[in-house]
Amino acid sequence: MATSPKFKIEDLHVGIEGKEILKGINLEINGGEVHAIMGPNGTGKSTLASAIMGHPSYEVTKGHVYLDGEDILEMEVDERARKGLFLAMQYPSEISGVTNADFLRSAINARRGEGNEISIMRFMKQLDKTMEKLGMDESFASRYLNEGFSGGEKKRNEILQMMMLDPRIAILDEIDSGLDIDALKVVAEGVNSMRKPELGILIITHYQRLLNYIKPDYVHVIMQGRIVRSGGPELAERLEAEGYDWIKEELGIKDETVEQKA
Amino acid sequence: MSVDTQLFFNRDTIVNYSKKQGEPEWMLELRLKAFEQYSSLPMPKLEQTSIDNWNFSDVHPFVEESAADGLDSLPEEVRSLLSEEEEKSNIIVQKNASILFKELDAELKDKGVIFTDLTTALKEHPELLQKYFMSEAVKPDEHRLTALHAALWSGGMFLYIPQGVEVESPFQTLFWVEGSEIGIHPHVLVVAEANSHVNMVVNIMGGEGESKVVSNGLVEVFVGSGAQVRVATLHNLGAQAVESIYRRAVVDRDGHIEWIIGNLNYGDTVSDNKTKLQGQGGQADIKSITVGSGKQRYNVTSTVNHQGTYTDSEISERAVMKDKASSIINGITWIEKGASKANGQQAERVLMLSKDARGDANPILLIDENDVKAGHAASVGRIDQLQLYYLMSRGITRAEAEKLIIYGFLDPVLAEVPAESLRKRLIQLVERKLA
Repeated sequence: MATSPKFKIEDLHVGIEGKEILKGINLEINGGEVHAIMGPNGTGKSTLASAIMGHPSYEVTKGHVYLDGEDILEMEVDERARKGLFLAMQYPSEISGVTNADFLRSAINARRGEGNEISIMRFMKQLDKTMEKLGMDESFASRYLNEGFSGGEKKRNEILQMMMLDPRIAILDEIDSGLDIDALKVVAEGVNSMRKPELGILIITHYQRLLNYIKPDYVHVIMQGRIVRSGGPELAERLEAEGYDWIKEELGIKDETVEQKA
Repeated sequence: MSVDTQLFFNRDTIVNYSKKQGEPEWMLELRLKAFEQYSSLPMPKLEQTSIDNWNFSDVHPFVEESAADGLDSLPEEVRSLLSEEEEKSNIIVQKNASILFKELDAELKDKGVIFTDLTTALKEHPELLQKYFMSEAVKPDEHRLTALHAALWSGGMFLYIPQGVEVESPFQTLFWVEGSEIGIHPHVLVVAEANSHVNMVVNIMGGEGESKVVSNGLVEVFVGSGAQVRVATLHNLGAQAVESIYRRAVVDRDGHIEWIIGNLNYGDTVSDNKTKLQGQGGQADIKSITVGSGKQRYNVTSTVNHQGTYTDSEISERAVMKDKASSIINGITWIEKGASKANGQQAERVLMLSKDARGDANPILLIDENDVKAGHAASVGRIDQLQLYYLMSRGITRAEAEKLIIYGFLDPVLAEVPAESLRKRLIQLVERKLA
């Protein structure tokens, strides 16, 4: 059966419109692990997520990202996804005229391959069950993809996709923003229900709040486009209590963002 | 006019054809008058498109074919366009200038329904033809193309639904052009009396192998008070064909017309439909889908002319352009003085799939009355790269993702096509063009 994934980011440099944002990220995630990347706004957290997935606006200038030994940066976006990479996006697109259900079935079938398509009955059953878990009204299946969804509904819909697609590496980019505490709990439960040796998770967040509900094994702090601290869950708790200033002091950083040179 | 045209047809050609069909004198006169006028009449003036150099006249208009022994003898590509799920078939098939096949359910005949070719109708129902044929909805001297049509029409279809008669299954007509240097002039005339219900599908098609083919068609629909009429026209002519199609409807009090238009030709096309809501409470729904490929040019215009009070219209048009195709999509809501409480809404949207594709959408509101509602929306754009990225990030291939976005774009019109079989056929034709 499915083996445990190995995911490795090696000296990753990423720019946008000629400006370098990530300046050498190194990170390893194995199946069964939950990693959290934290950091103030503007330090490159979301850039990391987007670059790994292959967002058209970001340019990888150096480095590699390996999934099970293959460099996914060599692949098209859809191929990365079919290898088992998933990104829950901070700002998912709205696509008019395409229903949530049709979209999800296309995505599942793209991964299963021709001749091995999921039966409609099985798909609908699985969709109903997963939507119920996430407290989503069944009308969401026939609504156009993300069109007119509230911020919280979009986030739930991202987690719905993750649960339906069953990836090997899932990156959650600011999945907690715009969620009230009840919605946050539901989303966290959904993610927790997926924890298993066949899945590695990378959570990108600004706040420690989410990490109360999804317990990370490792916490990393990103500043000025680099990982500047790594530790266990206690690192997140200290950040929550004391903020980021102590790290800046230790490192002699005046401005932690990549927008201006420190 | 040019000497060249004389090679294809002249006054004698028309006289001989009319005599051979046994047409009444008034029809021959109508043809000859139009023939004399056409070269001095201007071509229609279209928004952002000049068709002055398009050839509509250097073709043989009266190429005759032998009749078919039943539907089974028709080629598969023709039969596949006719809906087979209908138990009771009301079908007319015309190839070039000849009717190959016609069939009317006997039960409907007993109810007074007339469904036949125009030549036969001229003999059997001259009073109806004289009243409606190119007399009110459109006149021969409107422009050069209507005059050419009036002079050269052949075969055609006449549908008459008596008062209060409701017919569920669609009347199907198929015009099929084949050969080279051939012109067809399909004419569809529908008269729906008060409180009748009827729907029909008109196919105009040709093969890929044809060269220098012209289709200059005209559809006239009269919607009586309280009548409900749906007319779908599906156009599927080859790359060497040039088509002009003028559709006209006149709607009486509380009548309802629904146009469903599939512009799926491979050659240059002028597609124009205009509905006059002359009675109080009349309604018009216009849905059109246009798909352009190769180097073809499309000019698509939908007009609703509100004359009666409380009239209501909705124009919804979508166009997808690939390769080097171009399209001009126009919507005209024209509310005349006195048409108070009228409501006219329209939306035209164009999606371009390649960097060489061109498109324009022109919403036009002409409003001469104060107490009305009118709204419009228009957009012209390309596939959104972030939408594509989003779909692909879930494992969907680029080609499949583009397809989802394109069908999503067409969905607001496609999903509203009421008849399942019609919707399927429309999707089939769209798929073939986008493949």
